[in-house]
Amino acid sequence: MQPILDITDLRKSYGDGFEALKGVSLQIAQGEIIALLGPNGAGKTTLISTVCGITTATSGTVTVGGHDIISDFRAARSMIGLVPQEINLEPFEKVINTVRFSRGLFGRSADEAAIEKILRQLSLWDKRNNQIRELSGGMKRRVLIAKALSHEPRLLFLDEPTAGVDVELRKDMWEIVEGLKADGVTIVLTTHYIEEAEAIADRVGVIAKGELLLVEDKARLMARMGQKQLDVQLSAPLENVPEALASYDLTLCDGGRTLTYSYDTRAERTGITKLLRDVSEAGLVLRDVVTRQSSLEDIFVGLVHEEEEATS
Amino acid sequence: MNWTAIRAIYLFEMARFFRTLAQSLISPVLSTSLYFVVFGAAIGSRIQEIEGVSYGAFIVPGLIMLSVITQAISNASFGIYFPKFIGTIYELLSAPVNFLEIVAGYVGAAATKALFIGVIILITAFFFVDVTIAHPLAMVSFLLLTCLSFSLLGFIIGIWAGNFEQLQLVPLLVVTPLVFLGGAFYSISMLPPVWQTISYFNPVVYLISGFRWAFFGSADVPIALSLLAIAGFTLACLLVIGWIFKSGWRIRQ
Repeated sequence: MQPILDITDLRKSYGDGFEALKGVSLQIAQGEIIALLGPNGAGKTTLISTVCGITTATSGTVTVGGHDIISDFRAARSMIGLVPQEINLEPFEKVINTVRFSRGLFGRSADEAAIEKILRQLSLWDKRNNQIRELSGGMKRRVLIAKALSHEPRLLFLDEPTAGVDVELRKDMWEIVEGLKADGVTIVLTTHYIEEAEAIADRVGVIAKGELLLVEDKARLMARMGQKQLDVQLSAPLENVPEALASYDLTLCDGGRTLTYSYDTRAERTGITKLLRDVSEAGLVLRDVVTRQSSLEDIFVGLVHEEEEATS
Repeated sequence: MNWTAIRAIYLFEMARFFRTLAQSLISPVLSTSLYFVVFGAAIGSRIQEIEGVSYGAFIVPGLIMLSVITQAISNASFGIYFPKFIGTIYELLSAPVNFLEIVAGYVGAAATKALFIGVIILITAFFFVDVTIAHPLAMVSFLLLTCLSFSLLGFIIGIWAGNFEQLQLVPLLVVTPLVFLGGAFYSISMLPPVWQTISYFNPVVYLISGFRWAFFGSADVPIALSLLAIAGFTLACLLVIGWIFKSGWRIRQ
């Protein structure tokens, strides 16, 4: 199937020689949620701004639903909704009027039923006649989403939708994203909360210094790169790791009650069976065995760190 | 053409005007009334007629032009500067609209507001002085063209301005002197020859002269020249705006 968003070798450099995007290529399929992770200044917002037409690319091509964003900008942009990072709203206007405005601006004829549906979906219906300046920060963010959804886009960009948002609202936001996905909307979100990507994304891309270091299915990424830890909990504490187990590179923690073994899930032999046999042969009595998988955060920090080492 | 988008921008901008109706209308009406009281009644009675028209009536076209030009510039410049200032311009830049549509929406709304004010001042004038309109069609055309062209200029100023000071700078330092020295309150023929020649470099002279001709049938410069001047000015503004959007100057990185 044709990707809804197809970015090929996108580059953006500024007058002072700074390269914000160094040849980014990315294909996104209809209906998926992709999270772009990256530290501040990595190029996430530049990437989104370029696709949406706010920034002009230096080179490269982008198509949305098969429409080139330059030569066929009307068709391409009609499909896109953008929720910017900053809360940019007309403070003195009523909620419902700004949403109506956005719909009209995107060339869709007035449809009060559609506007009502969006406002209700975002719990903004009761506030529809309030001036935007009267709303809380979280509500303003919802207005931004309502504006972006007003023309019923097929591809939605959420630029750090939960930056500076409290935990409860963040969970709400995730639910909204789930709901949109159910409606078949493709979502690209940027974040630097790993937790967020882990919670809602189907695929994860990591951007650092204008390069897309990796794009992978979230589960596969975590499995592929995941280090696992096996904690062997003992019934009696140990002073040292027994000689017989020295080859496993174990660490003793929890006051000598837990032996921790790190292994790679990618390896053909993880060594778990042999370890457990040797543990029991060494005369140790097991109380419990626990495995832990490294989080996306560990993977992410590792990747960005590697990249920094490679460039320095 | 994305007419829906033009309409959306236009109505959104007009909503701003109606939200602040009192300050949008009362202040120009009040200041114009003051001009009429001072120049029409108090001082005007001691000033002899100019080209057969009482001084109070003579200044009506100039006063309307002064308000219309000021309002057109300030409305249009604020209209586009404000989204830049508060950041909502992102939506315009990412919408499926081209520059003509954006300009049509913003400039159309600013010109409408200026037109409203021009008409209200004209109505106010009827309460103070005897005004006759010799060429109503020409009067309306001049009024419309002035609203349009100075809204275009205001749009350019709004794009150019980097802060609120700059937004005020051009209207205050350039436009107001040009209007005052453009014969809003006098006929160019009343000036010494040297100043007459200098005045002809002031584009506003052609506007006010043409507008006054529409009222009283007499003008400082030929009417065709006035029309040519305002047409040229409108075209120049359009070209500059076209270039701004093509190059993304001050709006697109």
